[in-house]
Amino acid sequence: MESSSSGLVQVRNVTLQYKTTDHLVTATYKVSCTVQHGDRYVILGPSGCGKSTLLKAIGGFIRPVGGSIVVNGHEIREPGPDRMMVFQEFEQLMPWKTVLQNVMFPMQVAKKYTRSEVRDRALSAIDKVSLSKFAKVYPHMLSGGMKMRVAIARAMALEPDVLLMDEPFAALDALTRRKMQEELLSLWDQLRFTMLFVTHSIEEAIVVGSRILILSPHPGRVRAELEAGALSYAEVDSPAFGVLSKRIHTLLFEDEPKHAPEPASAAAGSH
Amino acid sequence: MAINETALGEAARDLVKPRIHVSGPRPDLEFALLDASDIGDVQRRLSFPERLANNDAIRRAGILLFLVITWEIYARWLDNSLLFPTFTLTLKTFVGDLLDGTLVDRTRTSLYPLVLGYAGGILLAGLLTSIAISSRIGADILNTLTAMFNPLPAIAVLPLALIWFGLGTPSLVFVIIHSVLWAVALSTLTGFRSVPETLRLSGRNYGLRVAGYVAFVMIPAAFPAILSGLKIGWAFAWRTLIAAELVFGVSSRSGGLGWYVFEARSELDTPRVFAGLLTVIVIGLFVESVIFKSIETRTVQKWGMQR
Repeated sequence: MESSSSGLVQVRNVTLQYKTTDHLVTATYKVSCTVQHGDRYVILGPSGCGKSTLLKAIGGFIRPVGGSIVVNGHEIREPGPDRMMVFQEFEQLMPWKTVLQNVMFPMQVAKKYTRSEVRDRALSAIDKVSLSKFAKVYPHMLSGGMKMRVAIARAMALEPDVLLMDEPFAALDALTRRKMQEELLSLWDQLRFTMLFVTHSIEEAIVVGSRILILSPHPGRVRAELEAGALSYAEVDSPAFGVLSKRIHTLLFEDEPKHAPEPASAAAGSH
Repeated sequence: MAINETALGEAARDLVKPRIHVSGPRPDLEFALLDASDIGDVQRRLSFPERLANNDAIRRAGILLFLVITWEIYARWLDNSLLFPTFTLTLKTFVGDLLDGTLVDRTRTSLYPLVLGYAGGILLAGLLTSIAISSRIGADILNTLTAMFNPLPAIAVLPLALIWFGLGTPSLVFVIIHSVLWAVALSTLTGFRSVPETLRLSGRNYGLRVAGYVAFVMIPAAFPAILSGLKIGWAFAWRTLIAAELVFGVSSRSGGLGWYVFEARSELDTPRVFAGLLTVIVIGLFVESVIFKSIETRTVQKWGMQR
């Protein structure tokens, strides 16, 4: 489980706290994990386990109270375009820019590409998420699923080291969500980018993820890290899918163990 | 008592009983699709009158026409040009004064301090709001100042302005800045505060810092609120200016529109009073429905931030 120096994203004993108006909340406690190049790394946990907070910390929006986060050899101190984030909310697109301008803008800010490159890259990214017809349209004319596609195109056009996705499909209806998951997987098949994907759906975690990190609630601590690369929608009805899903379910919802780090069920449920 | 309680209990139980007969399974139904060709095109262009009624400018022109006709009819019925001149008489005076240059001159005199004060107010408001969003104490300062000065009528500050700056343009500019500044600052701050969190995070994600962040994320995202602040500020500035001119009248040689109205009143030249007011209204309508309207359609409406 511990691969000391290799790994694209290294999270080491990260403790995260944030302040509300009258509380100091500990979101995660000493979380460690390593994301390799090309991983579809899913962070799964019940609501309140700090999974989104952890993702925001990797994004650089929150400073860890303890521990460190290293991406591509650099310790994270602030947000940056090397870690593009896709949010759950639709209003992450800038309403005053067209689809094309929205995709181009972060590339213009990052000054990574020449002017003509920016346009070409944006057009090809829009084409990859099959929205070429809508390049000149403003976001308010798009459906929720299309806005999400634009957000993904915008993030990928910049070729970030890692794509951070914070429950990107949670606000979509079930049919669109499934379609988006399949599209995301086929995009990954073409481009083999690295992504960190936060979700609270076990099914989504197994379908989308190649590796699943399971966090416990209040505060979030690492419960398990499982391999799930072989399972997609084609295997939803297969026994292996059911076994893994049940195992994750047990890990998530069994009574919190007091000090046993290695639960008995993990061995019993393995395939 | 006891009997009552049981009766009540039975009534409650009665309510819980299902009243609907649950039917058994029903057969599955599948239908061949109806031929929908007789409804014509699925998407059809609206008829000419319908499209005409959807045009804002035409609807508003209709309202103006209605007001003008009502005015004319009432004034003719009243038949007292000293109290209430007809529209035609007002228009005649208006056009006459426009052509001989009096109104143009007066308007120019009025617009100079107006534009100066409006621009100054916006600039100061931008400065104050920038300080307010960058720190909590800045926000406290702005909120306190706004709470103090926003309800204070600009005209009430005029005597003070006259003491400080004397009779003339500087005093006018000062009171106009006072009337614009707080309204614009307040709505800009509200606009900045209501920018969605996700949009802020996106902006920071791109690596935008301070100035770029405000210019490329905060200002456009808060633009609906900023624009409505600018509109309110414009109206306040205009009102303050006319009122101030009415109070202290002429500054050195040439007076503005307020002075024009004041002068006409003292000569009991009611059509000219009306012509002066008409000028104020026409300029107000022009700025509102041409300048602000076109900014609106090109920005917030196009972006779907406002209907």
